Amino acid sequence: MSGNVGIVIVSHSKLVADGTADMVREMVGDEVAVAACGGNPDGGLGTDVAAIQAAIDSVYSPAGVAVLVDLGGAETNSEMAVEFLDEDRRARIAVLNAPIVEGAVMAATEAAGGGSLDEVRATAEELSP
Amino acid sequence: MEAEMLGKLIDQVSGAIRDNADDLTKLDQAIGDGDHGLNMKRGFDAVTEAREEIIGLAPAAALQKIGMTLVMKVGGASGPLYGSLFLGMSKVMTEPPRTAGAAADLLGAGIDAVMSRGKSTTGEKTMLDVLVPVRQALAEASGLETKDALEKLRAVARDSAEATIPMQATKGRASFLGERSIGHMDPGARSSALMVTAVCDALEGEGAR
Repeated sequence: MSGNVGIVIVSHSKLVADGTADMVREMVGDEVAVAACGGNPDGGLGTDVAAIQAAIDSVYSPAGVAVLVDLGGAETNSEMAVEFLDEDRRARIAVLNAPIVEGAVMAATEAAGGGSLDEVRATAEELSP
Repeated sequence: MEAEMLGKLIDQVSGAIRDNADDLTKLDQAIGDGDHGLNMKRGFDAVTEAREEIIGLAPAAALQKIGMTLVMKVGGASGPLYGSLFLGMSKVMTEPPRTAGAAADLLGAGIDAVMSRGKSTTGEKTMLDVLVPVRQALAEASGLETKDALEKLRAVARDSAEATIPMQATKGRASFLGERSIGHMDPGARSSALMVTAVCDALEGEGAR
């Protein structure tokens, strides 16, 4: 995979996460590594810190990883997952404040163009009021 | 003795969450996403499963294990929040607190971790609206007999949870409801009050000062 910023999508729903990842892949093909995770540790609606950690690791490159989240617990659990990563990786992960679907598509488009993590974040976060 | 006390605390707190899971879920259905009871039960069931391992650990490691178990198993926002409470306490824990003042300091370290994780403070209709007044009551309990101190802490926990009813939520899912969040008890405040009460019940008659 390229040295582009990777994208992780974290939703309470596995269907939303997978569907969002499908939309992103259709936009940017395999120029950007994308991972999706959704559902609590029992498979119901919710999020799972260990799964988020694994998703981040699966798309990690030194360019960094942008994490898109839906509601409350997805954000807190993603921040928690980031804190559990190795210290040298931690600074290269950004949990974005952007709508999950539109944000993921915009972030991936920016990443596919070789944008830095800061540029990816700025592009996606423009969507938030 | 120490392990026995820890085991008793785990049983009492997990039991209180299990017995009240439906009630927590009902509160959460009113102003949240209706999964608080189920999530907390999943978390404390996992803590109960790890009970024997936990009570064999040193105090700081035991708190850390409980915190990590909640973070990994709860699946909702309350996982990282309650997880941070225990992880924050584990960072300052050297030996089990023998006085109310030491317990207040320990709880204070947990509260700081919850505030920073949730980017929240008191008055926002959250678990902090119970934990902060309980910490305050602990800090002021040093002159009281154990039995009176425990009674006081239970009352503060109950009253503080009830005091979230007229509050408007400005943090978490309930904040989406704006003014419609008024008139319901915050589920996180309720689960915190249950846990405080359970800890008091476990300490009752243990000669804690």
